Amino acid sequence: MKIIKDAIAGTLESSDLQVKVSPQDNLEIVIHSNVMHQFGEKIADVVKETLNKLQVAEGLIIIEDKGALDCAIRARVETAVLRGAEVTELNWSLLK
Amino acid sequence: MKKLRRSMLFLPGANAAMLSTAFVYRPDSVMFDLEDAVSIREKDSARLLVYQTLQLPIYREFGIEVIVRINSLKTEFGLKDLEAAIWGGVDAVRLPKTDTPDEIYELEKHMERIEKEAGRPVGSTKIVAAIESAVGVINAVSIAQSSPRMIAIAIAAFDYLVDMQTQRGDGSELFYARCAVLHAARVAGIDAFDAVYSDVNDEAGFLKEVEFIKGLGYNGKSLINPRQILPLHNAYAPTQSEVDYSKQVVAAAEDGEKKGLGVISLNGKMIDNPIINNARRIISRYEASGVRQ
Repeated sequence: MKIIKDAIAGTLESSDLQVKVSPQDNLEIVIHSNVMHQFGEKIADVVKETLNKLQVAEGLIIIEDKGALDCAIRARVETAVLRGAEVTELNWSLLK
Repeated sequence: MKKLRRSMLFLPGANAAMLSTAFVYRPDSVMFDLEDAVSIREKDSARLLVYQTLQLPIYREFGIEVIVRINSLKTEFGLKDLEAAIWGGVDAVRLPKTDTPDEIYELEKHMERIEKEAGRPVGSTKIVAAIESAVGVINAVSIAQSSPRMIAIAIAAFDYLVDMQTQRGDGSELFYARCAVLHAARVAGIDAFDAVYSDVNDEAGFLKEVEFIKGLGYNGKSLINPRQILPLHNAYAPTQSEVDYSKQVVAAAEDGEKKGLGVISLNGKMIDNPIINNARRIISRYEASGVRQ
């Protein structure tokens, strides 16, 4: 999936996160979190795994995490990428 | 024993915090809402959040049934919602504004296709139909009987009362619809959910309505606030004397079965299947939330 425009998903509320994606030639992931010290690595793993499933190889991904669970991280990354790639029909087997 | 369905707690599908924490309130069922609680521009986001939340094992670990309210299949969102729910492994789907059994047949057709694609057993996704119009109330029996997937039928008051050109009052405005929906559920052998009570600060009014719908025979109620769960469960809890008698009934029934007795009696009175089934229902409510306080 190729990110072709700026897109955003999620909120800055507690237990949620906001994900911004932009087109870029290489893949760059920037994570800010209020639980960075304890869970930064885990958040990065979940983001990378989600991007892999969606076959995203390039783009700037900026995460503002407010203590979200993995399920919310996956969902917000997926939404931002799909919006940025202008994909409206999802192949659900990609997410399995 | 049959699943208890006293409380069905609505949760907005776009709210990450509520979706991931509502198990702590221990409702019997949660309803992840993709319809009215989600704005048009967040439908895609909520759908993915619901799909991912369905992967959380915690609701199943607490025995909480997970239902997703999809948008109508007549909208551009309905089918996408259904895909997310089934791929996510939902227990049941709530179809809003069900007017005819044909809408359930159409839903089933899509369910079967998606279940096959997602590798889920065909028929494993259940259905709750919401009745929200005069025509839905009139067709309630055929809707309730339309599918073996059907586990419950629910009345939703707001749209129904708009359709009837009236508004919420003392309850008389909903009386016919409540009775019709409940009869439809009983004819079909499924559960019946009453409408939400939207004034969460009016506990006395809420409890009065709960006593009324419980008296009619409703299995439970749709809820919009976790604060309503405990009072509702307490209202449905049996008294100590009901529990004591029910235990005696079940013990006598089990003893009679062991001895191969055709007729079972307790304290000189015959007890038959409806009495035994009712006693088991009372015990399951007791086991879920103790005796009434």
